[in-house]
Amino acid sequence: MLKISNVETFYGKIQALRGVDIDVNDGEIVSLIGSNGAGKSTLLMTISGVNKARNGNITFNGERIENRDPHKIVDLGICQVPEGRRIFSRLTVEENLRLGAYTNELGKHFETDIKEVYDLFPVLSDRKTQRGGTLSGGEQQMLAIGRALMSKPKVLLLDEPSLGIAPKLVNQIFASIKNINKEKNVTIFLVEQNAKKALELADRAYVLVNGKVTIMGSGQDLLKNKDIQAAYLEGGTKN
Amino acid sequence: MQKQDIIKSFKDSLFTGLIALALFGPIVGLRTASKGEGLFITPQWGVVFLLVGLCILGRFLININSARRTEFKIFSTLSSKFSSITEDKAKHFAITGILFAVVFPFLPFTDRYFMDVAIMILTYIMLGWGLNIVVGLAGLLDLGYVAFYAVGAYSYALIATTFGWSFWICLPLAGLFAAFFGILLGFPVLRLRGDYLAIVTLGFGEIIRIILINWYEVTNGPDGITGIPRPSFFGLPFKRSPDEGEMSFHTFFGLEYSTMHRIIFLYYLILVLALITNYFTLKIRKLPVGRAWEALREDEIACKSLGVNPTNTKLTAFAIGAMFGGFAGSFFATRQAFISPESFTFIESAIIVAIVVLGGMGSQTGVVLASIFLIGITEIFRDLEQYRMIAFGGAMVLIMVFKPKGILANRKPTILMHGDKK
Repeated sequence: MLKISNVETFYGKIQALRGVDIDVNDGEIVSLIGSNGAGKSTLLMTISGVNKARNGNITFNGERIENRDPHKIVDLGICQVPEGRRIFSRLTVEENLRLGAYTNELGKHFETDIKEVYDLFPVLSDRKTQRGGTLSGGEQQMLAIGRALMSKPKVLLLDEPSLGIAPKLVNQIFASIKNINKEKNVTIFLVEQNAKKALELADRAYVLVNGKVTIMGSGQDLLKNKDIQAAYLEGGTKN
Repeated sequence: MQKQDIIKSFKDSLFTGLIALALFGPIVGLRTASKGEGLFITPQWGVVFLLVGLCILGRFLININSARRTEFKIFSTLSSKFSSITEDKAKHFAITGILFAVVFPFLPFTDRYFMDVAIMILTYIMLGWGLNIVVGLAGLLDLGYVAFYAVGAYSYALIATTFGWSFWICLPLAGLFAAFFGILLGFPVLRLRGDYLAIVTLGFGEIIRIILINWYEVTNGPDGITGIPRPSFFGLPFKRSPDEGEMSFHTFFGLEYSTMHRIIFLYYLILVLALITNYFTLKIRKLPVGRAWEALREDEIACKSLGVNPTNTKLTAFAIGAMFGGFAGSFFATRQAFISPESFTFIESAIIVAIVVLGGMGSQTGVVLASIFLIGITEIFRDLEQYRMIAFGGAMVLIMVFKPKGILANRKPTILMHGDKK
């Protein structure tokens, strides 16, 4: 469905991605783990078209998208929940959700769409007239995911949904990601530093190191992998 | 309050005094007077010491006030009461305000001078509301807004004098021209933000003014354009003695001729134009594009990730803001019947930005209050001539000290659910 081949992205002279190859199939949850500065967020921004790939190509359902504008890519059905949530803090919860529906034929099915989001995250319904900035971190993350869902994406790109959120809420958010995947048939591409959670959730996973994919496999296999345990999970030892 | 706090703020005030001395010393203290042949310096140290003393005292009071809120509570309670009144009763306030504005020309104390000031205030309210779209909603700091005012005024003047078309045809054309210039400015600044954007827009304002001065063949340069047609009342001119076979306003309605007719008509014209601007802004804020403006002000990357096209969004903000500036410019041209580049200097932009910022960015009612306050202050102190600007500056300082986020700082959510009203 989403195919990334040999993508290289630069910030000026600095190369952030050194030929990344990743496939995301329809209906899957694919996780990408890696440490700080590995290029995870850069990859998501490149898929979304905010950063442009200098080499390589990205296809979505057979269409080349690496040179399209971000808003065109959202139109195709790829929506990103950016790192750090980036909700519109001075706008209300409902206004934030309305903005998510911006490309979705300007909110034609707004009422039914927003109901689905409220069913998924009931807390947002309680807070719909509150300003986004007054929500807790976890609620903001739910809002960011809900906002992205309003555009009815086929693929949802999630950038570190666990960042700066209470552990209890992290579980809830990961449960809802699974729910979105299974019940709404949205393909998920998840980027995480919380490797354990991300691998447990994933059908397949990739490890990104210094702008290159080093290991790939099923989520369960990677959880058992000694190198990954040593580098990203607790309790492992390197032989 | 701690003793050392007092000593600290006292020292701070003395330092302020030093700066004030350095500034006022040469500027106020050494006065040049021409006696016979050549200039002579007359020192006036008394005034300098008075000013420096005022600065020290003022700084000391501000320090104490901020260190110990309770003592000077009057100011903060006054201002918070004021804003809570206006916030809670925003709707009543708006309706009362509009009603007052409608009956204003017929109140017993209203004379020609009051009408002129009211027209001026309304012009600035309209400009403030227009700029509020760009600055308050889209968050693009535009320091060259006067350029669109100028483009509107000149396009109206040139079209009206060249083709002799009526005000009602020229007005939308002038608005379109201004909107076109808005897009023209928009393109190069799409990637700029914050200070850089402000500098470029500032330059744009100056470029337009300099073009107006130097493009003599078209704009008549510094001499300006004279004989701009006055607006007519739906085809009825405001003339004392109409031409053969022509009806004028007073003969048609069987009234005694009075110059006030035209003034009152102009007053209602700008009132309607301003209210249209306001209505349009309130409506567009609830549409996707209006929400996209506000979202763009909050976070551009999030906007991109949601499929908002920042290019189009910014350009529409610039174009629509500019269009209302152009309308106001047309009105200015037809009211004055004479325009020259002198009317479109940077200080005009600065006043309009000040109105938007002091009103509380994005607040429509705030713009009204700030316009009345700022333009009113300069008018009240008109007799003081060169000290007017001091009053103007002092008023701005006072607002910034007591209401740092503007007179009405709170942005109202555009979506309210049933049962959510307080």
